[in-house]
Amino acid sequence: MSNPVNEAPLAPADTVIVAEALSKRYGSASAVDKISFNIKKGEVFGLLGPNGAGKTTTILMMLGLTEISSGSISVLGYDPARQPLQVKQRVGYLPDSVGFYDHLTAVENLAYTAKLMGLSLKERTQRIADALKRVRLDDVAGKRVATFSRGMRQRLGLAEIIIKKAEIAILDEPTSGLDPQATLEFLDLIRELKAEGITVLLSSHLLDQVQRICDRVALFQSGQIVLMGSVAELSVQVLGAGFVVEVEAEGAGIARRLATIPGVSNVETLAKDRFRMTAERDVRADAARAVVAVDGSLRRLSVDEPSLEAIYARYFQGKTAGGVRHAA
Amino acid sequence: MRREGSPFQGLGAVFAKEVTDNISSVRMLVLELLIVLTALAALYGAIDNLRTNTAEDPFLLLRLFTLSSAPLPSFVAILGFLIPLMAIGLGFDSVNSEFNRRTLSRLLAQPIYRDALLMGKFLAGLATLAVSLTALWLMVIGLGLIFLGVPPGTEEIGRSLVFLVIAIFYAGVWLSLSMLLSIVFRSPATAALVALGIWLFLAVLWPMLAPAFAQVIAPPDPRYTALGLETPDTGLWSQFLLRFSPNDLFGEAMLAILSPTTRTLGAVFLDQLRGAVMGAPLPLGESIMIAWPQTVGLIASTIVLFVAGYILFQRQEVRA
Repeated sequence: MSNPVNEAPLAPADTVIVAEALSKRYGSASAVDKISFNIKKGEVFGLLGPNGAGKTTTILMMLGLTEISSGSISVLGYDPARQPLQVKQRVGYLPDSVGFYDHLTAVENLAYTAKLMGLSLKERTQRIADALKRVRLDDVAGKRVATFSRGMRQRLGLAEIIIKKAEIAILDEPTSGLDPQATLEFLDLIRELKAEGITVLLSSHLLDQVQRICDRVALFQSGQIVLMGSVAELSVQVLGAGFVVEVEAEGAGIARRLATIPGVSNVETLAKDRFRMTAERDVRADAARAVVAVDGSLRRLSVDEPSLEAIYARYFQGKTAGGVRHAA
Repeated sequence: MRREGSPFQGLGAVFAKEVTDNISSVRMLVLELLIVLTALAALYGAIDNLRTNTAEDPFLLLRLFTLSSAPLPSFVAILGFLIPLMAIGLGFDSVNSEFNRRTLSRLLAQPIYRDALLMGKFLAGLATLAVSLTALWLMVIGLGLIFLGVPPGTEEIGRSLVFLVIAIFYAGVWLSLSMLLSIVFRSPATAALVALGIWLFLAVLWPMLAPAFAQVIAPPDPRYTALGLETPDTGLWSQFLLRFSPNDLFGEAMLAILSPTTRTLGAVFLDQLRGAVMGAPLPLGESIMIAWPQTVGLIASTIVLFVAGYILFQRQEVRA
């Protein structure tokens, strides 16, 4: 609030969301605690973290739906606290487990929100038909939403964002509770949005999906962003290396032998015959040679892509032991 | 901090949607049937009574509203009792159902302010009630024409129109109350029960309790009691307490408007009667003057309750 007149971001021109020391307090409890981040135009940005970590609160502050306690946020150059209509005109929001009027049809539901967006009748009809086709709901357009599955409702919510022609799409837990098939379809739709140049902000606690789709992620924990960056960056930062190789082999002294391979920073013994190596390069060939060298029998050799799950687990394990702090 | 943009953006869309919902809902149909049927019964009694008993009455049409024939109460009394039910039926789940359906955050993510949503819902409810009451009013006039065969005079129409306006605001009080409760309570069932509780208390219990409280505050004077009269102080207190109920305000206003001979709603002072021709009707303007405080009371309660709901709604967290 130091510069109330002009809060235009002093960031590169392609930055669409700038948050600085953004905080939200409920009484003495802090829901969001001084978080700062920039989101670039056209990227898919993931907000990760356990439930109650402050993801939804952050989103609501972006839309001006909840008051900001301190700090500032600018969305497309507008201040959501003072110009919420400008922000909401340009930003689409799919809330966590979105609801519709069950007694209305898909088209009627969309028509109502399209009217609230201020679209004319002609524009409304056209955009609704197009959007329903995009999310593959055109064959149930005239059906009551009461009969829709959860996946269909989520897609209907996405249709609303498409109708708005939003520049930023904010999706709160879009795939939680969907079956695998519906999840895949939904992730495809998100990719389509990205291909159109729409900036997507995605909150989730399902790490696997976030990893598949996000360019960058921010890891939330009790109201703070503890890690931020691309998955590859984070894995180097947290795991200390890019590769995790798992070896399943029987034989004496394999663990010791594996640890001597150059580039390997750590060998964990998971079971009598299973080992996990952390390395800065792909050491599978060396590992195979090492096992053979001690006359062991190699049964499996696999390399893990750096996974968010591993990063996540490692980070929170490591934190108690005084691990990595804020990385942004 | 000042926000930009009009608070009324989207008001029209919300209003249109809510009116459609209200009018097409089964709930509304049932409430309307209930009111029309009871009102018809009351009117039938009144018409029957009028045809056999009345010879010369300058306000024949107005008698339709006020005349009661046992065992049925008068049309106005039935409305005073049932209008709140109708308003509560429209309002008790207006906001909390949006929460429970999880549609609220989706709606508020559209370029509108919360003001438009709440105001649109309130105005839609009021418009629905106004339409029903106007239909009811036309029905009464129509039945009067058919069965009494006397065309209503200008003043009668004027008085019955004033009745209509006051009835709409009376409904407004209950609508804002039930909407306020729908904001306070997340569960529609709780909101409905509390609203109905308040309605029963004010409509049934309060008329019994108010005189009792009045007797505690100003104990009756045995000298008046011996004469079989009400002690003036007790009477005034009783009336004062009764007026906290919108039902009483509505009843008093109706009395002044629909019975043109009503000269005052409170205690009569001797100087008020000086020069009065007993039983002579007052002009419409004078009757409105008598009913004015009650009418303003109803309008003010509507606004105060709406504002209370508005403030609570603005401060409410959107996330369910």
